[in-house]
Amino acid sequence: MKRILFLTLLLAGGIFTNAQSDKYTKAMNANIAMLDSMMIKNNIAEIGNNFARIADAEKDKWLPYYYAGYCTSLQAMTGKDNSKKDDLANKATDFISKAENILGKENSETDVVKSMIATAHMTVDPQSRYMTYGAAINENIEKAKKADPSNPRPYLLEAENKFYTPEAFGGGKSVAKPLFEKAKELYENFKPETPLSPNWGKSTVEYFLSQYK
Amino acid sequence: MRLVLFYFLVFSCFTVSAQVRVGGTINNHKSKPLIGISISLKDTYDGATTDSLGNFSFTTNEKGNQTLVVTSTEYKPYEKEINLDSGNVNLNITLKEQITSLKAVVISVGAFEASDQKKGTVLNPVDIVTTASANGDITSAIKTLPGTQQVGESEGLFVRGGTADETKYYIDGTLVNNFYYSSEPGMATRGRFNPFLFKGTIFSSGGYSALYGQALSSVLLLESIDFPDKTSASFGVSYLSANAGIQALSKNKKSSWGITYDYTNLALVYNLIKQKYDYFRVPVIHNADANFRIKTSATGILKYYGIFSTTNVAFRYQDIDSLQLKNAFHLNNFNTYHNISWREKLGKGWRLQAGASYSNNIDKINSELQNDQNVKLELGDPLYASKNFNLERKGNYVNGKVVLEKKLFSISTVRFGNEYNMSDEKTEFIQSGGSHIPFHLKENIEALFAETDLYITNDLALKVGVRSEHSSLLHKWNFAPRVSFAYKFADKSQASIAYGQFYQDPNSLYLPALNALHFVKATHYIAQYQKITNNRTFRTELFYKKYDDLIKTQNNFGRPVAINNDGFGDAKGVEVFWRDKKTFKNLDYWVSYSYLDTKRDFLNYPFSIQPPFASKHTASLVLKKFILPLKTQFNASYTYATGRPYYNIMSAGNNDFKIVDQGRTRDYNSLSLSMNYLPNIGNTKAKAFGVLVLSVTNVLGFNNIYSYNYSANGQNKVAVLPAARRFYFIGYFISLGIDRSEDAINNHL
Repeated sequence: MKRILFLTLLLAGGIFTNAQSDKYTKAMNANIAMLDSMMIKNNIAEIGNNFARIADAEKDKWLPYYYAGYCTSLQAMTGKDNSKKDDLANKATDFISKAENILGKENSETDVVKSMIATAHMTVDPQSRYMTYGAAINENIEKAKKADPSNPRPYLLEAENKFYTPEAFGGGKSVAKPLFEKAKELYENFKPETPLSPNWGKSTVEYFLSQYK
Repeated sequence: MRLVLFYFLVFSCFTVSAQVRVGGTINNHKSKPLIGISISLKDTYDGATTDSLGNFSFTTNEKGNQTLVVTSTEYKPYEKEINLDSGNVNLNITLKEQITSLKAVVISVGAFEASDQKKGTVLNPVDIVTTASANGDITSAIKTLPGTQQVGESEGLFVRGGTADETKYYIDGTLVNNFYYSSEPGMATRGRFNPFLFKGTIFSSGGYSALYGQALSSVLLLESIDFPDKTSASFGVSYLSANAGIQALSKNKKSSWGITYDYTNLALVYNLIKQKYDYFRVPVIHNADANFRIKTSATGILKYYGIFSTTNVAFRYQDIDSLQLKNAFHLNNFNTYHNISWREKLGKGWRLQAGASYSNNIDKINSELQNDQNVKLELGDPLYASKNFNLERKGNYVNGKVVLEKKLFSISTVRFGNEYNMSDEKTEFIQSGGSHIPFHLKENIEALFAETDLYITNDLALKVGVRSEHSSLLHKWNFAPRVSFAYKFADKSQASIAYGQFYQDPNSLYLPALNALHFVKATHYIAQYQKITNNRTFRTELFYKKYDDLIKTQNNFGRPVAINNDGFGDAKGVEVFWRDKKTFKNLDYWVSYSYLDTKRDFLNYPFSIQPPFASKHTASLVLKKFILPLKTQFNASYTYATGRPYYNIMSAGNNDFKIVDQGRTRDYNSLSLSMNYLPNIGNTKAKAFGVLVLSVTNVLGFNNIYSYNYSANGQNKVAVLPAARRFYFIGYFISLGIDRSEDAINNHL
């Protein structure tokens, strides 16, 4: 009898944890599915907030903080109101630091977001801020490549940066093209570590490469 | 039956746990709906984001008492207990404004700040050095801002009717003595410090903080850089100088050190560009500096900077009292300056900033009267005899300062501390007959200060400070209250007013005094309006400055000496500054205009007059344009100032003085151009980054006259001219290891 009770408790417990992680997976999947369309639907802030809620409820998972940081940095980078960019970029830094604290280290994906955050800060006043943030943009891209050479995202960021940099500054479409191609090649072979791990950017590469045709 | 009951129970269970809708609106304190605000049930996934009307709505399966949390970067966090058992919940939430440094009004009255981080800045460090007329000199760039005068016959910043002595210089919080190279007659010398040592510059033309004293008119606050971005080496060569340096950053980025050496020799320049003086020792300057920086904790940094420099220069010029004779002036200077500072967060909202500086300056001056064969003449006439002399000045200076800052609430703070300043100056004056006249001047100033920045809302801030100083030389205390208000309007523009009292010692040039003196005093009243939007800045200031207790002098053995504090004066005016990076593509320009109405009675002035260092109208236009395909930046600046008065003041006996002649110089005009070519810009693969610099000051060759000197009998009047009508500079600078092309552009002198 005791044994049965124990078994039942164990089972019930198992089911409970299962339900819990099901809920997590489901919520994460639902939000990850919206990442690709958030630029068009203009709901980056909303999805970022969704990830932030999951992160704050779970507390010990780095991925929701990572995604919250990714969304917030993208919101800062693409926003039109310069007066809000620093605030948003600082908020994104907050999320990424939490993700790294849970991981116990930085990784290729958090480095990618840190490069995006530096870009956001820089775009507020590129002329006077390039000296401060320019180095951080490139350093984080290089760190990301080194930490995981199979990660296409640092190449995507680098390509995008070059795409929008004037030719006289060493940028331009032609300089960016091989980088987009390199990113595309890496995307073909990229296997995310888990189904919830970062896997964004492929459609962006395709969009940019279609610009060359 | 049992089964039915069971199913019923399960079913009802489900209905109880069925979804509840939580919704409502979120407004700010001004009833404006807030967009993009995050709402969540604490520790759950459930929540929403407000839409464009401030509405939100979400469903949840949670039950019982839950905490609703509202978070936003701009508003204070909001939490509320809600019960989900009694159906849908509807909430109307008003958020309170969070006072943040990003949103709050800036207390900027009187101050121009150059920094790339803080908001409300007017210039950034690069601007200081890409100003065409500046030639890499900090002060020359500051002279394109309102409030400053275009005085070219002596160094220093003459601000709002004040003398150069009324402006003081601080590096990392401590006072710098001998900020400029030692004076030479009739010329403005450059500042000793390379602009690229500093990440932030604040130029205050009045109403500044109680942390600074001993300056009646203005302070220039320089903040040194923390760590270099990377280890790098640099070399530079121009037709007047050569330099080399290294900056090394440790692997863990927790410490760095650097040294640079700079050699300047103007022989070639003076052969090519005609100078007003006849140099028999062209200026040769050696500068060697060293620094180290150590991260003392996650929040603390210790910084040291030290510089040694020697200057040797000698020239002849026409004697003013006799057309056949010449004066020969020879200056030998040794200067060393060391600054160490430490800042640290102490926890519980406390911060510490401590610093100390030491400097030693030795000037050896030899003056000779010479005939047309350049041979020394010893004449009996006291007028000519006085032109042969030796002067040796030795100065030792120590400054120490401790500031403690405590965070009060939101971003409001209180800070207090003390400052100690010791100066010990020994002057030996050896006349032609061989008689020695020694002066020894020792001064200890102790100062206590306290100040608070209070942010009542994001739109209203108040700064109140007091400073009190004791001088051992004067045996006196002073007490200087200072206060300013700033208010931000709905359109993000802001208005400020400031009031303050400022004291300083009488100028040591006129000491030791014949009678007991007290501090000289200025009172500032300033009103400011400013609007900063993306890439555009407009600001205007109205000021009134009252001078009291200025010193009066009389001649004592041929030297003006202070006799009392009976002098007085005032200055009033209006200033406008406009900077625009937006209207014209890739063109950045600023315009400044100053109107100054000032009169004073001090030194040997017989009555209150417009002083010779004050123009009524001064205006500058500065342009910067980067042309990408050419990889070149073009800079231009134009400065105009109305003529300044000049006087011949002579003794009228009984220690009275009279003006025997006076006039006004012609208006001052100067156009300067410079260009910087960066062949490797943007080439991230390049190992070396070079920049070619070319500049010309006073391109159009205006014949500017700064002032007039008079012979002893008043019969001969000689114009004081710039050192050369035009000046050209060409140089190439290279740095290895890091893309410092932008630094290098500016590091050109």
